[in-house]
Amino acid sequence: METLELVETHVSRPKFRSHYDNYIGGKWVPPVGGEYFDNQSPVDGSLIAKMPRSKAADVDLAVDAAQKAFETWGKTSATERSKILLQIADVIEKNLEFLARVETVENGKALRETMAADLPLCVDHFRYFAGVIRAEEGSATELNADTLSLIIKEPVGVVGQIIPWNFPLLMATWKLAPALAAGCCVVIKPAEQTPTSIAVLFELLEGIVPAGVVNIVHGFGPEAGKPLAQHKRVNKVAFTGETTTGRLIMQYASENLVPVTMELGGKSPNIFMKSVADADDEFFDKCVEGAVMFALNQGEICTCPSRLLVHEDIYDKFMERVIARTKAIKLGHPLDPDTMMGAQASNDQYEKILSYIDIGKQEGAEVLTGGGPAHSVEGGYYIQPTIFKGHNKMRIFQEEIFGPVLSVTTFKTAEEAVSIANDTLYGLGAGFWSRDAHELYTIPRQIQAGRVWVNCYHDYPAHAPFGGYKKSGFGRENHLMMLNHYRQVKNLLISYSKNKLGFF
Amino acid sequence: MNRVDLTPAAADILSQLKAEHGPLMFHQSGGCCDGSSPMCFAKGDFIVGESDVLLGQIDGCDFWMSEDQFEYWKHTHLTIDVTPGRGASFSLEIPLGVRFLIRSRLFEMAEYEQLPPVQTGPLAAQ
Repeated sequence: METLELVETHVSRPKFRSHYDNYIGGKWVPPVGGEYFDNQSPVDGSLIAKMPRSKAADVDLAVDAAQKAFETWGKTSATERSKILLQIADVIEKNLEFLARVETVENGKALRETMAADLPLCVDHFRYFAGVIRAEEGSATELNADTLSLIIKEPVGVVGQIIPWNFPLLMATWKLAPALAAGCCVVIKPAEQTPTSIAVLFELLEGIVPAGVVNIVHGFGPEAGKPLAQHKRVNKVAFTGETTTGRLIMQYASENLVPVTMELGGKSPNIFMKSVADADDEFFDKCVEGAVMFALNQGEICTCPSRLLVHEDIYDKFMERVIARTKAIKLGHPLDPDTMMGAQASNDQYEKILSYIDIGKQEGAEVLTGGGPAHSVEGGYYIQPTIFKGHNKMRIFQEEIFGPVLSVTTFKTAEEAVSIANDTLYGLGAGFWSRDAHELYTIPRQIQAGRVWVNCYHDYPAHAPFGGYKKSGFGRENHLMMLNHYRQVKNLLISYSKNKLGFF
Repeated sequence: MNRVDLTPAAADILSQLKAEHGPLMFHQSGGCCDGSSPMCFAKGDFIVGESDVLLGQIDGCDFWMSEDQFEYWKHTHLTIDVTPGRGASFSLEIPLGVRFLIRSRLFEMAEYEQLPPVQTGPLAAQ
């Protein structure tokens, strides 16, 4: 009898500690209540490590440490802060392959993506903010011959940051880099699905970031996230997540009258005009890939191009290629460098995606490919890349599924494409593809979204502002304008006149 | 005919949570990460406004949704179920290692016609 031999092609799983603690005031501190929770890998359901189950008392300790550190960090020169951000970037770059494996085991995404996207972007975003604060200037205006107005930017103080699980290190970077560059001290609450990556990163950063400047409190949303969002001594809250929690955080912020920034997701349209199929060339191939981008990061991206709008005249030709390319996506062990799509981040995410595939079928959408679970690794949470054909009023066209599920529909005119694109509650991202030079400017201007990718998709370079219209939130990350969301404007209004006003 | 129902497993979790936190409410979320999931809070912790629709009560808990989101959901019957998992958000069941989720089915036309009109705004729950 023949025995099947399993060939292990994947890279090794990194070694984790049995448990991690909170990082407060530059020290690893056990949770006050002494409780820990299991962090399991979505790759195969195995235990990664035990993480602290923190509560309000732990958040208090972290805010104390951040407030104390702010007394000096808030006054540090831009030169010094920039140097520290560059050192952080260097450490990430030096440990890129290791951190990529850590993130893949924790989040389930394919190593290909953590190696080529997540970690290199972390490096670059820290370097970007290190750079911009060296070139920035305040302003001075002479209002009249003896009155001078000086505008000086001052950090808001202690900020609370609640980080999602889809890019455990990159989403933390998007929030940490500008806050530290601005001179703020941070209390960060990683998502409870993916808390270990950031703990591992800060072990590597020990001795670089001054004590108390970044504090990490792990735990569950209602027990640790809520006390952070509601904390009376937190001066600003930044959140990436969904609409109900977004509203709740704004409600808490209104009690304390502090500012917030929110990134709350989307249902991004990806529009392909008739001209894309004028030739079967490199660009047409790029367009096909652009449509299949829904499967990047298993669809767990706020800007997932989950609504595909194709001109009816090219539908058959284009979709034949899109379906073939989707079927060619290699599912497998996320640590295998050849795997193109990994695991969904958690069991509840997996169940939710399947429930949407179910409602899509019930609403009469046609399954063009996929349509169910996959079984890449025993014990993990895998779903087939799925394409539905339907219409824009269906729930699968209107709700963020946050999985590898694409809903395609057709349009006849540019006006109809814009109307379908804008018929959504959200406005975070959009894609627009055409060979027509006129359309390339005029149509994206009509799309209500904070980021419109034109003849490209899913590019997130530093120095290009990213944020939402409509119910997708507000604030613009990845750009120097984010610095002002972490700063106050101090105006010094100075009189050089020796004469009194004459009122009294 | 209800717009929202509950599976027995979800009802068990809900009664555990009531014993710990007192009266509860739900608000259906949209958007990314843990969006498109029902969020369970202590009653009154989430402040509903004129843009929220009350879909009904389940085991004594008000179930709310944004009015604009309801436009796309109104033709579907919702069942709150529960699954093992590690969801984020501030929903109260998360420390139990489970997550509420919505299962949906289309209303039959006859059912849809029998549904009472929904009410909007915070006074709807009075």
